[in-house]
Amino acid sequence: MIKLATAQVWVHDQDEALAFYTRKLGWEVRSDVTMPEMGNFRWLTVGPSAQPDISVVLMEIPGPPVMDAQTAQQVRDLMAKGFAGALFLTTDDVQAAYKELKSRGVEFVEEPEERPYGIDSAFRDPSGNSFRLTQVREPAQVS
Amino acid sequence: MFVSRARLLLRARDLVDARYYEALDVDELARAAGFSRAHFIREFRRAFGESPHAYLLTRRLERAAALLRNTDRSVAEICVSVGLSSQGSFTTTFTRTYGLSPTAYRAAFPPAAYQARIPTCVLRVYGRPQRRTFGEDRNISQPLGSVANVQIDQ
Repeated sequence: MIKLATAQVWVHDQDEALAFYTRKLGWEVRSDVTMPEMGNFRWLTVGPSAQPDISVVLMEIPGPPVMDAQTAQQVRDLMAKGFAGALFLTTDDVQAAYKELKSRGVEFVEEPEERPYGIDSAFRDPSGNSFRLTQVREPAQVS
Repeated sequence: MFVSRARLLLRARDLVDARYYEALDVDELARAAGFSRAHFIREFRRAFGESPHAYLLTRRLERAAALLRNTDRSVAEICVSVGLSSQGSFTTTFTRTYGLSPTAYRAAFPPAAYQARIPTCVLRVYGRPQRRTFGEDRNISQPLGSVANVQIDQ
């Protein structure tokens, strides 16, 4: 069986992202390692405490020679416009989560709304990455 | 709306799990549950088998241990990032709980960089030498012959 272990999001600033994912979203640091021998490359991962086997890499956009300046700027622009990827999260109480995250200053772009599949909302991280937070409805039983 | 006593206690315990890194104390937990301090401590222990103080402390120590294993942050940084303010009492409590000082505990595991499972593709890209010794970043308008005298580091 092939399982999902780690996903990656680009971030503008790793410290800012770390504060957001841990202090606002409430996730845990999974690893935080800086490698001086690799130009201080920092491997920084976080994840929900209820899912210890899944983590998200908060990857800073590198400069040359890893990524040329033009490409780095393109990634930065895409991220700022919200097109650099998305994470889809679920919770069993989206209204409570919305209230909590909102009180911590999280920028919601969609308040919780009824959809056929559940109650759905959307917010952004400080880099502009898009998140959906959904309370999934139990599928109707077909008899 | 009726809210059971157990649910109120669980709310306080959830607060510990979620906000352990803040300057939480038992008074604040009691307030979150809506109980007086003494009543809260008694009821929490009855419901969960340990005092709220012990629950908060062990949550912080569990996180500190994970950060010692999985990050290269200093002990002082880790102490603060799990909500503790005194490094002296952190070291004492950690040592009493784990049988090793934070530094010795960290040394008992492989370095965080080995644990981090940084994928090969990332290592390959970021591990490339960053010093240009072959002149490939020279202005491309330069005549080819001009790179012939570039020194290559041995």
